[in-house]
Amino acid sequence: MLDGAEVSPVETRDRLALSVDDLTVAYHEKPAIWDIDLDVPTGALMAIVGPNGAGKSTLIKAVLNLIPRAAGTVSFYGKPYERARSLVGYVPQRGSVDWDFPTSVLDVVTMGLYGKLGWFRRPGQAERELALHALEQVGLVDFADRQISQLSGGQQQRTFLARALVQDAQIYFMDEPFAAVDAVTENAIVNILRELNQRGKTVLVVHHDLQTVAEYFDWVTLLNVEVIASGPTAETFVLENLRKTYGGRVSYLHGGQLLAASAS
Amino acid sequence: MNRGRALSREDRRVWLIIGAIVLSGLLLIPLSQVLFGLRFTYTVRVVALGGSILGVLSGALGCFAVLRQESLVGDALSHAALPGVAIAFLLAGRELSPLLIGAGIASWLGLRFASALMTTTRIKRDSALGIVLASWFAAGIALLAYIQSLPDASQAGLDHFIFGQAAAIIESDVMLVSAVGLVVLLVLVFFWKEFKLVTFDSEFAGANGFRIGLINTLLSILIVVTIVLGLQLAGVILMVGMLIAPGIAARQWTHKLDQMVILAAVFGAFAGGLGAIISALDSDIPTGPMIIVVAFVLVLMSLALAPGRGLLWSRLRQNSNRRAFAARNTLRDLYRYALAHGGADSPVPDAFIRGVGDRSAELGLRKLESEKHVTLGSAGWQLSETGVKLARQNFHNQQLWSAYRLHAHELGLPIVAEDRERDIAALLPADAVARLEAKLAESADA
Repeated sequence: MLDGAEVSPVETRDRLALSVDDLTVAYHEKPAIWDIDLDVPTGALMAIVGPNGAGKSTLIKAVLNLIPRAAGTVSFYGKPYERARSLVGYVPQRGSVDWDFPTSVLDVVTMGLYGKLGWFRRPGQAERELALHALEQVGLVDFADRQISQLSGGQQQRTFLARALVQDAQIYFMDEPFAAVDAVTENAIVNILRELNQRGKTVLVVHHDLQTVAEYFDWVTLLNVEVIASGPTAETFVLENLRKTYGGRVSYLHGGQLLAASAS
Repeated sequence: MNRGRALSREDRRVWLIIGAIVLSGLLLIPLSQVLFGLRFTYTVRVVALGGSILGVLSGALGCFAVLRQESLVGDALSHAALPGVAIAFLLAGRELSPLLIGAGIASWLGLRFASALMTTTRIKRDSALGIVLASWFAAGIALLAYIQSLPDASQAGLDHFIFGQAAAIIESDVMLVSAVGLVVLLVLVFFWKEFKLVTFDSEFAGANGFRIGLINTLLSILIVVTIVLGLQLAGVILMVGMLIAPGIAARQWTHKLDQMVILAAVFGAFAGGLGAIISALDSDIPTGPMIIVVAFVLVLMSLALAPGRGLLWSRLRQNSNRRAFAARNTLRDLYRYALAHGGADSPVPDAFIRGVGDRSAELGLRKLESEKHVTLGSAGWQLSETGVKLARQNFHNQQLWSAYRLHAHELGLPIVAEDRERDIAALLPADAVARLEAKLAESADA
């Protein structure tokens, strides 16, 4: 499999894990994202960053066909979404569900396999094993039978991550997995991102913390309704682009390392 | 750790409740004969059966309305059925199936209209549903008034659809309800996985290629059908109670969706059957309110008694937590003071410990004394042998947790959630604890 670091931006089109053309989404009159062109090479570990209201989550949802598009096309490995579904894994924001739903951690993780089971078939022993394995990877195997209402925020996030892992997808979309999690969880997520990356998977992560972008991700897309810049982190994640994205409220830390004030 | 193969305590409890409700439902029949002289005539039996079957249906489907936070949708759907009943009567006369079909169509149109309002205008969900509920119901009342004025005797009893009237139910109605209800339950079983996924996380379902629009529509249809079948019994105004009350009660007892649905079905059957019987005793008592009264008693009992979520239970647990917490803190304070004043078993003045811990010290001391960890001598409180041992263990456990927080990453230890109330050795493998001990010893030497 491809190593993310060796992928050059001038890949042929069918080597692209994701290709977005002229994508626009509008809520009521105002566009939430505007004319997005985005090419993501196979094996990239990409952060999507931008200020609040920049349309980061909207971009992911539009790409996954979860909200109507005003215009634009999206293809995964050269195929439209309808034929690429089994290649796609998704980690929604953890605040998007009711954690008081009557179900267990293991059960939620097993839901990642429902798509593969198809209509009518029920999860059995094989699915259970896969789900337990995924829980092991996120360090929650002892929580398998816990009620999800008893989880901490970080544990909720890792449960969602495990659910995406059992999907065994080629390209993953994660919506703010690092938002308000404890250090243990952040660590676990980073390890999993790296492992996925080593296995040649493509991962797109909506990310808030600019200080860790360079450390965690080898690719970055700067978004503020439009794509400001997209490419390898070393070339793209520079002050000029950040200023264009956040509107000048960005400053340098000693040693040339970037520190940014959130634009919220 | 038990991975749920064997029945857990909670599972057993849920099955026990289910058994108890079924049993008391069955016992009610001979009991009421003996105690109240109620005669189980043919009519009463038909009504009780009809009520129970409807209760099973509405209890099971109502769980989804409750979990999707769509109780108001259920209320709007049932109110919106009334004009359909009236129009169907005008077109087809007083046959139950056309009336119910009319009710279903009116309900469905109301729902579609409300969603159209929500998507095309900025009217919020509750307002859209509220306006549909009120206007459809108003149209229904107006049509019923018109029908009353017609010179035709067959309209008698149509207004039973407002509050419900079990006495009007006949055997063929029960057959109809059973047949359609069976189909509804079968669809529920077949699409169980899909309904569950869409109810919990519809975005994720969509990203997994499930046709969420289709699944949501199917679930809505099942709920509409359930509501429509129950109208004759519970009436359009109170049908929502029959739909959601069993689910609310059932949710208190279990954390599993399948158990919740089964338990709600049993609660529903109990409420539906009993409510129908009570109202059948006297034709002046409308059935809807009777069912709701029984269902509400079940809700109240569940809220009060259910372990885990029940009010009584959480009060007890709160108290026991507070005592345990106070005992741990008091033990720690005693231990520290004693160590600083000669040794672990040296006495601690009563005034000191009460001054430090104030009210919680009283609680803590009482608990520690009852467990024989401390004794009160003339010089003050003295830790017993077990008390010293426990204090040391607790202290050490806290140290290990602190070491874990500092060094877990560098030592490559497994990830567990930090829970200082618990023994770290119970959460981490033995070799991990050993490495933390080594780390502690290292820093103690340094």
